Amino acid sequence: MSTAEMSTTARTGAISIRNVTKIYDPEGVNVLAVDDCSLEIGAGEVCMIVGPSGCGKTTLLNAIAGFHSLTFGEIRLDGEVLCDERRPLASQGADRVVVFQNGALFPWKTLGDNVAYGPMVQGTLSKAEAREKARHMLAEAGLGDVAEKYPGEVSSGMARRAEIVRALINDPKVLLLDEPYRAMDALTKSIMHEALLEMYDRTKVTIFFITHDLEEAIFLGDRAVVMTTRPCRVKTIVNVDIPRPRDYHLLSSEEFRVLVEEAKDAVHEEALKAFEAGERELA
Amino acid sequence: MTAVSDMVQGAGVVRKRTRLQRLKDNRKLWRGIAAVVIALVFWEVGSRWDQWFGFTLPFIGLIPPPTDVAVAWMSVLPQPGYWESWYLSFKRVLAGFLVAQLVGIPLGLALAVNRYFREFFFPVFEILRPIPPLAWVPASLIFWPTNEMSIAFVTFLGAFFTIVINVLGGARTIDISLLRAAQSMGATQWDMFWKIVLPGTLPSIFTGAAVGMGITWEVVLAAEMISGGGTQGGGGLGFFIWNSYMGGSLPHIVVGMISIGIAGYVSSSAIRWLGDWAMPWRRLF
Repeated sequence: MSTAEMSTTARTGAISIRNVTKIYDPEGVNVLAVDDCSLEIGAGEVCMIVGPSGCGKTTLLNAIAGFHSLTFGEIRLDGEVLCDERRPLASQGADRVVVFQNGALFPWKTLGDNVAYGPMVQGTLSKAEAREKARHMLAEAGLGDVAEKYPGEVSSGMARRAEIVRALINDPKVLLLDEPYRAMDALTKSIMHEALLEMYDRTKVTIFFITHDLEEAIFLGDRAVVMTTRPCRVKTIVNVDIPRPRDYHLLSSEEFRVLVEEAKDAVHEEALKAFEAGERELA
Repeated sequence: MTAVSDMVQGAGVVRKRTRLQRLKDNRKLWRGIAAVVIALVFWEVGSRWDQWFGFTLPFIGLIPPPTDVAVAWMSVLPQPGYWESWYLSFKRVLAGFLVAQLVGIPLGLALAVNRYFREFFFPVFEILRPIPPLAWVPASLIFWPTNEMSIAFVTFLGAFFTIVINVLGGARTIDISLLRAAQSMGATQWDMFWKIVLPGTLPSIFTGAAVGMGITWEVVLAAEMISGGGTQGGGGLGFFIWNSYMGGSLPHIVVGMISIGIAGYVSSSAIRWLGDWAMPWRRLF
């Protein structure tokens, strides 16, 4: 198993989701968003979460990040309880940094200052040291020339790359990505994928990545976890035993196609259910 | 000579142009000047020859032509009373405006970030807000000991409500992803207020300031007309107009009106300039 191999080589960042249930209660109408969901993610694993829109994937991410509480069950990070029934809301910390769907760089800070923000507010580095480290990391990601520009001055691809650098500078155990490349065209997307993989190969941080895009899931992931439509549960897990480093030539290979098909069958079934249940959006 | 032909002649090297050349090439400036000149010519022609095909031109035929206004203006320019009017009006506008900013921005932010505070104070605020500033004039003339203080109070009210509602709206519409991103990077509530909420609200603060400045001028002028001359609380451009009206001098009324237009333009330019300075990331658009 790829995950078992990995836990021997990687350091920290194992997430354990155990029997997690989330019930939303708007106006007294209980909505079961996540139902008894369990998933073990190894340290340093790239875990892709795939499922129809509104299925509750983001609810899981929010529970790990500490934005939303859970109702039952528990989530652990490296064996330590983040949240459980007694303490349903996890504390928010820089060990689990989130990259958002629509981009959340601070428009009033240059890319360099955006990246320097984490170490500065945590007080781990002085202002000058944080700026220096930020410039260095941006340069590593090929963004050295635009470090002094504001997010409004650069392309969305550059902004998104800078946002991932802003997350990584905190040296997190887990990177939580919520459909970060959703609105991008296929060409930009493939460039973003290679950049992300390149950063992953350098850091080996655990990645929890929510997506609709099956090719993205197989290309990037060690595993693609297909979720059921609401309530959210694990439906199937597609293991991607394709060696790293990977590049875009993989996209046209036979083994890649087979895995995408395998995931597609599972997702299609759920998408159909979601459609029949009257969901507005589909995978 | 345009910038492009300069570049061609310099074989790809942009030659440094003199200040005069740049002034000559500033099309925006020349268009603005042309617009003002054309408007003046229309006005002059319209009020000099007010009979067209047997009809009297409405309105424009009744106001004095710009040349008469210019003559009247020349006569008041050396008078210290005229500049005293400018000074008094500006002082009142700035005082009311600055106090409204000082009270309004913190109040708007407090209403935005604290739910309990908002739920408790917002209803009262919303009942007071629709009352026009001028409706406060009689009450404040009674409550405040001097006319000057009544004017200051009413001026303050004019800008205050607009500022608060803008700041509140701006702070409440900050993208929650920005707050969550900051939180997930370890920012404290304090950091988030100063580094996210405040810069995120700046555009709305400047919108509120621009609108508030306009209202402040309106209110000051009206209050000056109502309070009249006299030893205390008198003067100002509003009183200048009122006084010209009482004296029956139409050109001087127009002089007062145009003076207010210029004063308003200077004020809003200052706010725009400050906004550009405070929000460098917005200059890109």
